[in-house]
Amino acid sequence: MAANNFRHALFCAVVTLIISIPILGLNLEAKGINIILTGAKTSTYVAIVLAAVAVFVFQAYRDSIMGLLGKLPNFNPLADKEPMEQSKRVKLESWILTGIVVLALFWPFVVSRGSVDLATLVLIYVMLALGLNVVVGLAGLLDLGYVAFYAVGAYTFALLSQYTGISFWMALPIGALLAGLTGMILGFPVLRLRGDYLAIVTLGFGEIIRILLNNWTTLTGGPNGIGGIPEPTLFGMEFGRRVKEEGNTSFHETFGIAYSGEHKVIFLYLIALVLAVITALIIRRFMRMPVGRAWEALREDEIAARSLGLSRTAVKLSAFTIGAFFAGFAGTVFASKQGFISPESFVFLESAIILAIVVLGGMGSQLGVILAAIAVTILPELAREFSEYRMLIFGAAMVLMMVWRPQGLLPMRRIHITLNKQE
Amino acid sequence: MLEVQNLSMRFGGLLAVDGVSLDVQEREIVSIIGPNGAGKTTVFNCMSGFYKPSGGKILFEGKEVQGTPDYKISRLGMVRTFQHVRLFTQMSVVENLLVAQHRHLNTNMLAGLLGTPDYKKREQKALDRAAYWLERVGLLDLANRDAGNLAYGQQRRLEIARCMVTEPKLLMLDEPAAGLNPAETKELNQLIVSLKEDYNVSVVLIEHDMSLVMDISDRINVINQGRPLASGTPEEIRQNDDVIKAYLGEA
Ligand SMILES: Nc1ncnc2c1ncn2[C@@H]1O[C@H](COP(=O)(O)OP(=O)(O)OP(=O)(O)O)[C@@H](O)[C@H]1O
Ligand SMILES: [Mg+2]
Repeated sequence: MAANNFRHALFCAVVTLIISIPILGLNLEAKGINIILTGAKTSTYVAIVLAAVAVFVFQAYRDSIMGLLGKLPNFNPLADKEPMEQSKRVKLESWILTGIVVLALFWPFVVSRGSVDLATLVLIYVMLALGLNVVVGLAGLLDLGYVAFYAVGAYTFALLSQYTGISFWMALPIGALLAGLTGMILGFPVLRLRGDYLAIVTLGFGEIIRILLNNWTTLTGGPNGIGGIPEPTLFGMEFGRRVKEEGNTSFHETFGIAYSGEHKVIFLYLIALVLAVITALIIRRFMRMPVGRAWEALREDEIAARSLGLSRTAVKLSAFTIGAFFAGFAGTVFASKQGFISPESFVFLESAIILAIVVLGGMGSQLGVILAAIAVTILPELAREFSEYRMLIFGAAMVLMMVWRPQGLLPMRRIHITLNKQE
Repeated sequence: MLEVQNLSMRFGGLLAVDGVSLDVQEREIVSIIGPNGAGKTTVFNCMSGFYKPSGGKILFEGKEVQGTPDYKISRLGMVRTFQHVRLFTQMSVVENLLVAQHRHLNTNMLAGLLGTPDYKKREQKALDRAAYWLERVGLLDLANRDAGNLAYGQQRRLEIARCMVTEPKLLMLDEPAAGLNPAETKELNQLIVSLKEDYNVSVVLIEHDMSLVMDISDRINVINQGRPLASGTPEEIRQNDDVIKAYLGEA
């Protein structure tokens, strides 16, 4: 055992050296027209060796260190409590959610424009995470290419507005339906795959869609993206200073108030809020419907579920499609918010962030997902100075999370249907 | 209603089932017995569509069903339990029964979202049927518990109830008495007989508990090392020399 640990630790330390020395220890310097290889300062080498020693020590005593980590007091005091009685818990969760929504309604009128803009982004992530939650948390399908459907929604709106001048309200259902359809088409051949294989294939799909957008220059404009995507209107009222579309009126003139750029931002925020609430409500409802039970049954015991007549493909496909649908929803809002989209916005990192929100939030739990979406979107903004280390912090947070609370901040307890005593 | 002809199933080099035939008539309890590893569960897996048999035919109500996907088999009215209980342990007891009634429910998503009258009616009917069967197997008081928290004997009964809410024509039970105490076995005995008599279900039973098998079976098939050894009424099997030899040799 000890010898084994020692050998493993030694191996890790050597790997650290092999990786770090060329990356950190060797520099390319331009001298005139030539590029020459120079060594780094001695201090760098010392640091590398120290790092290797640290890796060695950690790996050698890993078991005891991880054991200590596990024994640390729980950050979340609610976590280890006996689960609350279902009726109470449901009530509490509804109250908290209602509270959040009410707060969210008034909030944009008291804070700065930048904050409202950021909050809109949070809401888009909430929608995305709620949608992905259906796929990963409820149906148990690891989808690493979720951003593809987000892209389909956004590009649907962008292209339709460019070629047909469609409005936001028309594009919203079309984008969502098209994303759902894409989900169904992509999902059909791959859903018989299991676990890791499914993850890899969906990862591939995500990349294929992004590369397609990048290279189909004639249609999508390639890396240059598409601009001039219209903002939403309120019953034909525009929020710009001047009316762009014939037949529309402008918001500030109709109400006889002074023009302010904030109106538009707040309006977008409110739309995102309403859509996020609708998303949450619909998915909540799904969880109590036959389809929601089928997702859970298939996730818990596929063999038993099939023996009772559930078609694996149909049930999984429904989760995949619904997830994609809400990604399309979010994509349309995103396109409208940005006014400009390019493949840059739909890289794998986005999928990873959305997945992280779902995992952090506690797979399947809506309140958890909402809180995690807020945390994951806002924290990096607050810690802008550390933006270089963002991914590092992110990774560390995930590792710690897996050690402390693998079940997420607020693990899911699905609302069970209760049987009331008859007579 | 069910006819298995010359069924064989090969796993690589192992011929787990070799030329097994059996038939089940309406309202009949047919048992499959045999020593451990004889291939009984494998026969079930072929019948319920989990395996595609390497050879032979399975006819259900006159139609060939070998190789039909498992979920379609169960929709035809052939459902099974498992040797090791397979419940949805994190779902409540009543929800286990609702999942089983999936295809009796209105699964149209729009209908569900809008809560149409038809959706509500069917949902209620499913709840009623679940309540009926829970009452029948004595689990009504535990309806809202997580299925995983039930005692072993209760889990076994829930698994049977979960099959029954699908309104099957043929029920396949894989060692339903395993791990039950004598009192529970007796209850099970009565339950299985009642399924046949009161609900017109045919039963195929795999079981090691000989007294249960001899007591309730109309006919018995014995399998040994994948091959059929004997078949007949309990009386005939009791006196069959080959069977006695196989079992004594085993013991
Ligand atoms: N999926 C499989 N792959 C390979 N071999 C298998 C598989 N399933 C069963 N077998 C083999 O087939 C033989 C019959 O197994 P089976 O489970 O049908 O026996 P059984 O009669 O149900 O026994 P028991 O009374 O112990 O339940 C065994 O030798 C087993 O190892
Ligand atoms: Mg068996």
